[in-house]
Amino acid sequence: MQANAAWTPDQPIVSVRDVHKSYGKVEVLKGVSLDVRKGEVVCIIGPSGSGKSTLLRCINALVGIDKGSILVEGQEVHDPKLDKLELRKKVSMVFQQYNLFPHKTALENVMMAPILVLKRPKEEVEAQARRLIKKVRLEGKENSYPGELSGGQQQRVAIARSLAMTPDVMLFDEVTSALDPETVKEVLSTIRELADDGMTCILVTHEMGFAREVGDHIYFTEKGVIVEHGPPATFFKEARDPRTREFLSQIL
Amino acid sequence: MTSLEACVRESKARISAAASGERFASAFTPTAAFVILVACAIPILTLEARAQLQSTVGTQSVLQSLIKWFPLILFGPPREFGGFALNIAVSFLAMALGTAVGIVLGLGQISIHRPLRNLAWALTQFFRNAPWLVLLFFVMLLTPFQIRLFGFSIPLPGWLKASVGLSLPIMANMSEIVRGAVNSIPTAQWESAESLAFTRLQTLWRIILPQCVRRMIPPWMNWYAILTMATPLISIVGVNDAMTLTQDALSAEQRTDLLMPMYSLLLALFFLYCYPIARWTLWLERKYAVKI
Ligand SMILES: Nc1ncnc2c1ncn2[C@@H]1O[C@H](COP(=O)(O)OP(=O)(O)OP(=O)(O)O)[C@@H](O)[C@H]1O
Ligand SMILES: [Mg+2]
Repeated sequence: MQANAAWTPDQPIVSVRDVHKSYGKVEVLKGVSLDVRKGEVVCIIGPSGSGKSTLLRCINALVGIDKGSILVEGQEVHDPKLDKLELRKKVSMVFQQYNLFPHKTALENVMMAPILVLKRPKEEVEAQARRLIKKVRLEGKENSYPGELSGGQQQRVAIARSLAMTPDVMLFDEVTSALDPETVKEVLSTIRELADDGMTCILVTHEMGFAREVGDHIYFTEKGVIVEHGPPATFFKEARDPRTREFLSQIL
Repeated sequence: MTSLEACVRESKARISAAASGERFASAFTPTAAFVILVACAIPILTLEARAQLQSTVGTQSVLQSLIKWFPLILFGPPREFGGFALNIAVSFLAMALGTAVGIVLGLGQISIHRPLRNLAWALTQFFRNAPWLVLLFFVMLLTPFQIRLFGFSIPLPGWLKASVGLSLPIMANMSEIVRGAVNSIPTAQWESAESLAFTRLQTLWRIILPQCVRRMIPPWMNWYAILTMATPLISIVGVNDAMTLTQDALSAEQRTDLLMPMYSLLLALFFLYCYPIARWTLWLERKYAVKI
């Protein structure tokens, strides 16, 4: 992996600076900045439509930005010359609706990208995929199709699929919102284990308890701006901005 | 309560749309009964009428005539390829050609290159909305009797040109089937493939198209049945198909009492071939509807 020569692990692994993004005339991100250090777990909370998903999509270059800069390991994500493949080997995303490939088994879902994109040998990839399926506690489900798995199980396959790209940063976009309360726990504990292993995670979530427990830093977004941020201890107890306090009072 | 009415009307429309496949099937049952009845009635009528016919006309009975002509209508004249077998051959060839080119055209319709997309769209619309017979005439008239290739002259038989002519509307409809099926796959599939760094082509071949195949097979088979039933059109451009040979037989016999039985025989042939395909299509449609 060719990291930018100027970047060292003590600098932020993801650095978002004054990012603006519009869809047509609607400005969805109005100058967002945030820093994520290696091994940190950053939680983004905020009301629906405040631009949380859009921010994650920008970090993964699924959509372009209009202004500002996003650096991942010191490399500009929106540099037209950037090799998207290099970026996506570093940053992997998990979606709310899992988006597994329905015509492939759980194991094949995990194996596809490493074989086709990273061109790694099949035996090696299969061994890794089986390890990852075990890691997300889905042993025995290797040959099940997504349609035969519960929502929580599908989401954990999706996490394994992202991990198979051996990313440095994982983006989670409301990965538990589509799940029923019972299965939310399974998925959250998988993410907690990842965080404990030192994976850098940026997660958009409505699970405040989880954010407080696992998060190193909380960001609150509203209408395309970051209103307030801080470590969970201070953020949840001593929120200063009235918009944050109102949001928290509604949700807690 | 107009909104309620509108709602009811809409749901009714949806139900009837869903049931149209059903209706297609049930409409076949009376048709089936009718054709089978006619087919069975022929020998019975013949038995009753035999004495009378033989005395008045002094020739073979209807049944004897049918039996006499049946091999010709089925397989064409001796040492020549023709008859119903030729209809089937033409349907296979036109379907294969139309499917292959149609898939390419359909993928052109979803290309990210605007000019290519527009060209594919225009071709699709043109051939989808052209009368089959006119297309057939165009191809017959535009292509030469033979082509020269590396100094050899290769004759282009009529049935080959006719297949090309009939493949054009199939191509255009296949193109639409491909476009529709690809568009029916949620964009989230494209997005998650993109986030895993698949290229557009890899996404299409490995992820999108495999999910489309199931959706495409029933309409594709439906078009095959329609194509097969349209193959008698080629008789107009001078190909020895079952229709041409039936007409030849009738003009050789010069017997008005043979008209109905002969054409009924032809209808029965097509029906016996196409009806199972229609049933099979319906069965696949149901199966896939449940699965995904
Ligand atoms: N592809 C798009 N085209 C046009 N508008 C879009 C698009 N994607 C998102 N938007 C708009 O951008 C705004 C922010 O959307 P986004 O999905 O980022 O919000 P969110 O904070 O993730 O909300 P939620 O909690 O509901 O997921 C919304 O008003 C949405 O309608
Ligand atoms: Mg969202």
